Amino acid sequence: MRYIIRRLLIMIPVLIGISVIIFTLINGMPGNPYSHMMDPNISAEDKENMLESIGYYDSMAVKYFKWVGRALKGDLGFSIRYKEPVTDVLARRIGNTLMLSVFSFILSALIAIPIGIISSTKQYSVFDYVVTIFAFIGLSIPAFFLALLMVKFLAFDLKLFPISGMQTIGRGYTGIVQLIDILHHMALPLIVLTLISLASLVRYTRSAMLEVLKQDYIRTARAKGLSEKVVIYKHALRNAMIPVITILSMSLGYLFSGAILTETVFVWPGMGTLVYQATLNRDYPLVIAGTMLFSVTILLANLFADIMYAVVDPRIRYD
Amino acid sequence: MEMVKHPNMNDKSVKFKEEKGLSPWTMALQRLRKNLLAMIGLVVIIMLIIMAILAPVITPHDRDATNTKNKFLSPCSEHLLGTDELGRDTFTRLIYGTRISLSVGLVSTSIAVLIGVTLGAIGGFNGGFIDNIIMRLVDIFMCFPFFVMAITIAALVGPSIWNIMLISGFLSWPRIARIVRAEVLSLKEREFIEAAKALGLNSKDIIIKHILPNILAPVIVYTTLGIAIGILSEAGLSFLGLGVKQPKPSWGNMLAAAQSLRSLRLHWWLWIPPGIMVFITILSINFLGDGLRDALDPKLKQ
Repeated sequence: MRYIIRRLLIMIPVLIGISVIIFTLINGMPGNPYSHMMDPNISAEDKENMLESIGYYDSMAVKYFKWVGRALKGDLGFSIRYKEPVTDVLARRIGNTLMLSVFSFILSALIAIPIGIISSTKQYSVFDYVVTIFAFIGLSIPAFFLALLMVKFLAFDLKLFPISGMQTIGRGYTGIVQLIDILHHMALPLIVLTLISLASLVRYTRSAMLEVLKQDYIRTARAKGLSEKVVIYKHALRNAMIPVITILSMSLGYLFSGAILTETVFVWPGMGTLVYQATLNRDYPLVIAGTMLFSVTILLANLFADIMYAVVDPRIRYD
Repeated sequence: MEMVKHPNMNDKSVKFKEEKGLSPWTMALQRLRKNLLAMIGLVVIIMLIIMAILAPVITPHDRDATNTKNKFLSPCSEHLLGTDELGRDTFTRLIYGTRISLSVGLVSTSIAVLIGVTLGAIGGFNGGFIDNIIMRLVDIFMCFPFFVMAITIAALVGPSIWNIMLISGFLSWPRIARIVRAEVLSLKEREFIEAAKALGLNSKDIIIKHILPNILAPVIVYTTLGIAIGILSEAGLSFLGLGVKQPKPSWGNMLAAAQSLRSLRLHWWLWIPPGIMVFITILSINFLGDGLRDALDPKLKQ
């Protein structure tokens, strides 16, 4: 408990550092984003006054403190492009990204862990080699290239899946039909994200298992005459899961930001596409809020991973 | 303290020396040679480097020569991989792209390693306040979502090959800094560092002459794998139009052809070959990096 509190305290300077860097960086972007928000007929002098009144000419430090003050009250500013509060824009997209990433997270964990276990217990078997090679392929193929290949072959050529988006536009599907339509659109991005995260997770599980299987207490368990099943699933697996759980908790941090390229290729209306387009449109308030949200998720996930590590492994004592 | 010299014993010690005479590096090299995947990776990488150097010799056409009559030609004997929207030869650009992509990977990783090793070694060696500051900086950078930050900075500073190298380098140093710091922390307790201190060497000399050579192994492994990350981020950023700018060809900006739905569907020769090149390169680097890790760190060998 004391450890958790201390970790939370360390988070504060890190959080401040993150926000200062992101804020300075994005406010350093060239161009005046407000120029096209204003009526072109008003005089130059009025324009200057308006910019002055919204704090456009304030120094960076003043801007930062104003922003932090508002952000702490839950006001993340006003999106220049969508002409509505940033929180509203984000709220609309978060669900879509979460749907995609949570599904792929669960799927990859469910598939990867059993594969990793089998692969490690049958080290140097054909199965193990095939798994290792596929894991290497999954680690090496750029996610967006895999996504492009899928769009080209499965969506364009074989017409099995829709090319992009989240719903068929202009059909006004409701209820169960709408759900099936969304799932149909989600299939390809989901496959891409799952395959990519599957690869590294399989490797982690496999090497964690191999590491544990070498230990003396496994030999003792076998020597006691325990069945191989009990040795592997009861004695080895529990200990091998410690690093795997840590990796899984850390990968939670990339739930929002991990899919940015995949989302872009499939034009999935999620956070990644949103922030990417906001960057291109110089929609500063949205970019700052989005990037901050991504970083905070990663920060929290890392904290969660550390805590989980201490929880699942009683040998770890922090103080 | 004079040892009695016995001919037999002398013999033994000589023999003993011969057997033990292999340096850790030679032993690592021997282990690496036995690793088939790592050797395949190494051979492919060497071939890619030769290809990059000899690009002007191998390529049949001029890199930027446009020919509006020959737009979007599909692969034929004259143009092995067809032509693009300006009638430029895709095969030629693919080979030249090797230069750009490899150098981006190499330079960005060098930047990351330079910053990471320097800060990691200083933090680990000195400890205390400086270490604290450096580690908080590492924590901060570790929380940045790599790609989102890269896109933001690229949009800020504009797309160019140098900016890509700098962005990728500046965003990926924390990992190596952590590794180096951890290694230095354990190394500095060792006797030979004590001895160096007792001899009156200053910190800079101790770090450079006595600590760095001993942490070379993890740094080499990291550098190898880091190059893969550099190449991947170049590909991703250039794909989004925020990386290497035309007319310079890089695998990433050739992949950007697939941004047009028409080319994605009809002109596979524009974007599948560069994608495969990125894939093969990363795969080879991963093979080699993995083999290096096993070879340099026998403890991890399974």
